[in-house]
Amino acid sequence: MKKKFKLSNLYLVVIFIILYVPIFYLMFYSFNSGGKMYDFEGFTLDWYKELFQDSRLLIIVLNTIIIALLSAGISTVLGISGAIAIWYVRKVYAKNFLLSLNNVLIVSPDVIIGASFLILFTFVGIKLGFTSVLLSHIAFNVPIVVLMVLPKLQEMGASLIDAARDLGASRWDVLSKVVLPYITPGIFAGFFMALTYSLDDFAVTFFVTGNGFTTLSVEIYSLARRGISLNINALSTLLFVFTLLLVVGYYFITKRNARPIGLGARK
Amino acid sequence: MKKLIQALVALFVVSFLLIFWVDKLNSSQGYSGGNTITVYNWGGYIDPTLIDQFEEETGLTVIYETFDSNEAAMTKIQQGGTSYDVAVPSEYAIEQMVEDDLLYKIDHSKIPNLKNIDERFLDLSFDPGNQYSIPYFWGTVGIAYNPTLLGDREFNSWNDLWADDLRNQILLVDGAREVMGFGLNSLNYSLNDTNKDHLQEAKEKLEDLQPNIKGIVGDEISMLLANGEAAIGVVWSGVAADIMWENEALEYVVPEEGSNLWFDSMVIPKTAKNIDGAHQFINFMLNAEIAAQNTDWVGYSTPNKAAMELLPEETVTDERFYPSPELTAKLEVYENLGKEMLGYYNELYLQFKMHKK
Amino acid sequence: METRSRNLYLIPYVLWIALFVITPILLIVYYSFIDIHGNFSLINYQKFFTPVYLKMTLSSFWYAFLITAFTLIVAYPTAFLLTKTKYKHLWLLLIIVPSWINLLLKAYAFLGIFGTFGFANAMLEVFGIGTKQILFTDFSFIFVSVYIFIPFMILPIFNALDKLNPTFVDASRDLGASGWTTFWKVIVPLTIDGVKSGCQVVFIPALSLFMLTRLIAGNRVITLGTAVEQHFLVTQDWGMGSTIAVFLVIIMAVIMFFTGNRKRGL
Repeated sequence: MKKKFKLSNLYLVVIFIILYVPIFYLMFYSFNSGGKMYDFEGFTLDWYKELFQDSRLLIIVLNTIIIALLSAGISTVLGISGAIAIWYVRKVYAKNFLLSLNNVLIVSPDVIIGASFLILFTFVGIKLGFTSVLLSHIAFNVPIVVLMVLPKLQEMGASLIDAARDLGASRWDVLSKVVLPYITPGIFAGFFMALTYSLDDFAVTFFVTGNGFTTLSVEIYSLARRGISLNINALSTLLFVFTLLLVVGYYFITKRNARPIGLGARK
Repeated sequence: MKKLIQALVALFVVSFLLIFWVDKLNSSQGYSGGNTITVYNWGGYIDPTLIDQFEEETGLTVIYETFDSNEAAMTKIQQGGTSYDVAVPSEYAIEQMVEDDLLYKIDHSKIPNLKNIDERFLDLSFDPGNQYSIPYFWGTVGIAYNPTLLGDREFNSWNDLWADDLRNQILLVDGAREVMGFGLNSLNYSLNDTNKDHLQEAKEKLEDLQPNIKGIVGDEISMLLANGEAAIGVVWSGVAADIMWENEALEYVVPEEGSNLWFDSMVIPKTAKNIDGAHQFINFMLNAEIAAQNTDWVGYSTPNKAAMELLPEETVTDERFYPSPELTAKLEVYENLGKEMLGYYNELYLQFKMHKK
Repeated sequence: METRSRNLYLIPYVLWIALFVITPILLIVYYSFIDIHGNFSLINYQKFFTPVYLKMTLSSFWYAFLITAFTLIVAYPTAFLLTKTKYKHLWLLLIIVPSWINLLLKAYAFLGIFGTFGFANAMLEVFGIGTKQILFTDFSFIFVSVYIFIPFMILPIFNALDKLNPTFVDASRDLGASGWTTFWKVIVPLTIDGVKSGCQVVFIPALSLFMLTRLIAGNRVITLGTAVEQHFLVTQDWGMGSTIAVFLVIIMAVIMFFTGNRKRGL
């Protein structure tokens, strides 16, 4: 038994190493005085110094975080409503139809989404920039939230709801006291996946942005033609360390204050 | 439920604090003021200190936006929604944009520094009389190779790429015109050839090259060549310059059969709001000292004759990047072949890519 | 009363569908009937049924299938073991955090790691296998794709496993079932919804992957996503690009239909 336990831990360790190797690779070269992502020549902090003088890049980073947080938050709310809506549909065909509509944005290549949103926004007359980028990110984040929340709803089964109804709970009570607490892990999963989608998106953002508004992905991709400078590595390192501290800190603070609010919080 | 709402509220509070911060930053940079011009250019394609200098001299604030492909930039300019005042696309895109009526004519009387541009680069087929565009940088397509990996081998002809001992050594840039172009050139056809038999022949010849090709890649080609991942690359001269900046061992040559001559030029899109500012910017970039400084920073070939006089001797006499008149005579600018022909090029290119070794 | 309050849930979602889903669909369907000269025509559909595009469809399917299968094989045990750890939610978050670093940067890191002089080949050298070409092969393409999709698969499976009532497992063991039987007969059926949703969020986007086909596979792998990208951004043949997108949507709908839950909802 003991031996088996060790083996399983080894497996997790290997997975974590693989997941983090590219990140450490990027971090390692952010200290390279040679200025490239190979041939480590010597240790330097120049890239970090350069970074702190670049207020344009700071604005871009902040824009990226704002868009990611807001779009993930709003799309989570929308996605929950969508998942519940699909869950309520009784007919199998109607349900599959709705689900297919839901998934259109996941399967459509980014350029198509980007181009069609661009046409939509210019047609409606929305000024390209913060608003258009936020709306698009919300739009392509919703389906992923739905897909994360739906299995939790399905797993819940009807008997729980029936029981609550029998005990005299109102519709709102059922939703807030029974359904939402039950699906909370799915909601957090959806939120974090939406965050991932939003932070990583390049193509859609590129098409719908304008008037000086840029996100980190767009900036990085446009730098690719001339070679990505190591201050982008330095930036990623800082963001990564910051996120890590935030995640670990948040986890232990909430852990100490009674119940966890982590991903899979259960009541 | 309570926890969910708490989390949501916290999220919005954090977001709005961040928005407040960005807003302060933006106004301290002057980005939200009225007197701005928006420059739409490739990433890292201008010396940033020149932007500051321009802002100081004119009192205008420059918003610098970037794109990563001509086609994507064209789509954005076409749809409007943003007021790009100056853009720097490549010549074939400019031809297309003129056709689609997306550009303002440039008022030459407001660009006195136009006299600095070498006449060789004015009045070219893609924009007769330079009514719509002023050249920014130019270059060629050629072979970048790493002599340390290949022994003392030299490349003078496109056909040298087909040698049997170069298995798995070549990287190509992922562009239909570029790849089909050197296929055609290697057969001594024009890279603007529209004879379908010739194109088919070029495609079949390129398919024979497949065993020698390691990969068909994008911008990452500079990193892959510089660190010796492959010994040979078919690249733009600008990319070659970037690679040689990182790894001096590399060489660049434009094969004798001829090749492509490309331009990135400044234009004023119809989306422009500050047309006066756009002219000021273009004129500023053509100033001999400014252009020289920019060339030094970017490292591409400048069309600015006055700037060349200010640049170091060894830069402007480097025949790899400032080719001799004899070779220049063999270079061709991409012509707009029309959508149908372009589609055919791409079809053949796709077939070539899917051809297994 | 009941129907009306039910509709309330639907409103924001239906608005979203109407604005951001129907618009792109109408647009791609419209463009799919437009040839390069801007005339109405069926030529794009004809073109799709030529060997070039059919071959591409097949290979997209094949790679998406491989990617999903490998992701599942790696993710299921990971999710399972994660639920057994002490700070399981923290570890789960730490699985997601790497996916917040820009994809292009990570791809560049993989170019370095898998390169001829990279870390991976140095390891092979140490083990006496010798330098191999890893970049621009099927292996590197699938490896990196799996890398990217792992968190998407782990999350739903973790959620399904996490709430799995341990008494079921205990009961099964008490009744004399072997560990293997318990796994197949008790754990897997109870987590099947999570697995399904994981496979959907991996398989569907994997069909239209494009960035990695160039960056990591050096265009040695050509998928439908690559072709759409090309038609939109290089050829400017929006018609053909849209036609391929129409097929992607149809394929997705078919997949949803077959993997969809046949159980009645509430």
